[in-house]
Amino acid sequence: MIQYTIRRVLLSIPVIFGILVVTFVLARSIPGDPCKSILGEKATAETCERFTHEHGLDKPIPVQFGIYFSKIAKGDFGDSIRFHRPVTVIMIERLPTTIELGLTALIIATMIGIPLGVISAVKRNSIVDVITMIIANTGVSMPVYWLGLLLAYTFALLLLHTPFWLPPSGRLSAGVVATPFYEVFDWVVTKDTFKFHLFEFISNLFIFNSIITRNWKVLGDTIKHLILPATALSTIPLAIIARMTRSSMLEVLRQDYIRTARAKGLVERLVVLKHAFRNALLPIVTIIGLQVGTLFAGAVLTESIFGFAGVGRMLFEAITARDFPIVQGFTVVIAIGYVMVNMLVDISYAFIDPRIKLE
Amino acid sequence: MTSNSDLLSNKPEKKSRDYRSNSLAKLTIRRIFKQRSAVIGITILSILILIATFAPVLAPYEPNQVLIGVESIRKRDKPCIHLLGCPADQPQHILGVDGNVRDEFSRVIFGTRVSLFVGFSTVGFAIIIGTVLGAISGYLGGWADNIIMRFMDVLLAFPSLLLAIAIVTVLGRGLQNALLAIAIVSIPVYARVVRASVLSIKEMEYVAASRALGAGHFNILIKRILPNAISPLIVQGTLGIGTAILDAAALSFLGLGAQPPLSEWGTMLGSERNQVFTAPHLVFFPGLAIMITVLAFNLMGDGLRDAIDPRLKQ
Repeated sequence: MIQYTIRRVLLSIPVIFGILVVTFVLARSIPGDPCKSILGEKATAETCERFTHEHGLDKPIPVQFGIYFSKIAKGDFGDSIRFHRPVTVIMIERLPTTIELGLTALIIATMIGIPLGVISAVKRNSIVDVITMIIANTGVSMPVYWLGLLLAYTFALLLLHTPFWLPPSGRLSAGVVATPFYEVFDWVVTKDTFKFHLFEFISNLFIFNSIITRNWKVLGDTIKHLILPATALSTIPLAIIARMTRSSMLEVLRQDYIRTARAKGLVERLVVLKHAFRNALLPIVTIIGLQVGTLFAGAVLTESIFGFAGVGRMLFEAITARDFPIVQGFTVVIAIGYVMVNMLVDISYAFIDPRIKLE
Repeated sequence: MTSNSDLLSNKPEKKSRDYRSNSLAKLTIRRIFKQRSAVIGITILSILILIATFAPVLAPYEPNQVLIGVESIRKRDKPCIHLLGCPADQPQHILGVDGNVRDEFSRVIFGTRVSLFVGFSTVGFAIIIGTVLGAISGYLGGWADNIIMRFMDVLLAFPSLLLAIAIVTVLGRGLQNALLAIAIVSIPVYARVVRASVLSIKEMEYVAASRALGAGHFNILIKRILPNAISPLIVQGTLGIGTAILDAAALSFLGLGAQPPLSEWGTMLGSERNQVFTAPHLVFFPGLAIMITVLAFNLMGDGLRDAIDPRLKQ
């Protein structure tokens, strides 16, 4: 087990190295003078020379990559062109919003997608199966931003004076403030320290922060604001998970040992959940891991529609402003996060299917 | 039992005709048409191709024709259909009028051309490059295989739309660069599919026989191996077109892909996104068009997969 885990972790290292190479090459491929694109067209030759020297751009490419690599290893992604602040700090501020949104979407997708897939497979060709597959096929073909806009229109405008009304933008209503837990508990934290950034990060996870501070008003408001964007974001993963669960369950339900389980008089519920589902789980877990990529990409679109100040919206704004340090830094972090999640998924195989670690 | 008289009659000829009618291609086509999803997908796609081909005939206006001064309409006017009770003295605009006073229906119709072009061109490009890389990788093996496939692994490590966004940010906005970016990020999938097929086919006896007869590597790869590796590629390509259209529309929605005034569905949606509460029709119809097109390719891909290679279903 430990050997399998170590081998899987080691396999991720060259991929992460490759990600850094690709983003480095992309950054160096920006047409035009890097000094002028960062400092502006009016930068003088002298300023540019100093800039080039300071950033090591006058050094050979392998040395430049070495500098880039060592900076990233220290968590330094440079400064944003637009905000003149470290990209890492901006990321720490924005990441909790995206994590909260993405996790909620993933929970919705899994909690609905898996049961739908299981029911579809068990009641194959029934009306439930047909409806599930229609939902899955249309869900997978739907542009997430389109669905987001339609949801906003329906729930924020058409249902305006009904109890089903939901806010179309922002994380909290005007006047509602999520006081950070460290302020509620009267903990003294010095600004700009690691502890401060960590506490800020945690308190920006509004659901978690409001639960530990027992602020139910903020909790309710946060959930109300999360429903529409998380529903929009969860549609494609939900459809993919439902489809995969269905086909994986159909495959397992055909096996001889299922027939044996039924023949020995086992209750159908146990046959499906204990014998079939456990063995159908492997491809489902894989596909859930792969959805993390879809969620990050979807966050760029969903956050900009629903006015969520997360990583996705920041990335969208950075693209518009050609703030390349942010685009580069965020892309690296998201890609590495994606690799890590898939690594954890691979490691989880050994728990789900003990035969894997023997191979 | 076959009697002698049967053998002497023209029955064997009939049998051979039956045999011919069961050629692989015909069998496959028959199997495809037995798949309900494939039939629905092919039908929708055929209609879309007809719409794209006859767009100038079907569309009542030019897609970029600004109707200020031509008709008495205002920007973002709601749909007006005479059959559904819209006054006859008002000009008919089935899907309404957009923010620049252009007929939305005509723009959606012409958008079919752009989206189909986007789908076919990006996937075509990705398949060509992916096939070359996958074939070299699978056939040569060794260090070539290692280098190519590790690079493909790195590209697959990025969420595809995100990598496409990063590439377009570097290359600059525009439909051409967006298409290139989407093609680049989809290459690894095709390279993997071709490599897997080549790896299994190159060990087959008929390939060894060709080699024994003195055929060169290039000849074996092009004439003996690749034609037999094509079916999983067709399935993957069909499913890939849907994804490519969806990604291209997303890039255009973000302002990175097709630029106005081109009637591309993603761009149309993006430019009217802030008007969703006042003019929802301008958001609804382009999105619906994207969904129907992507759905057609997905259904067709699923059907083809089940018909051509049921093993791929797993």
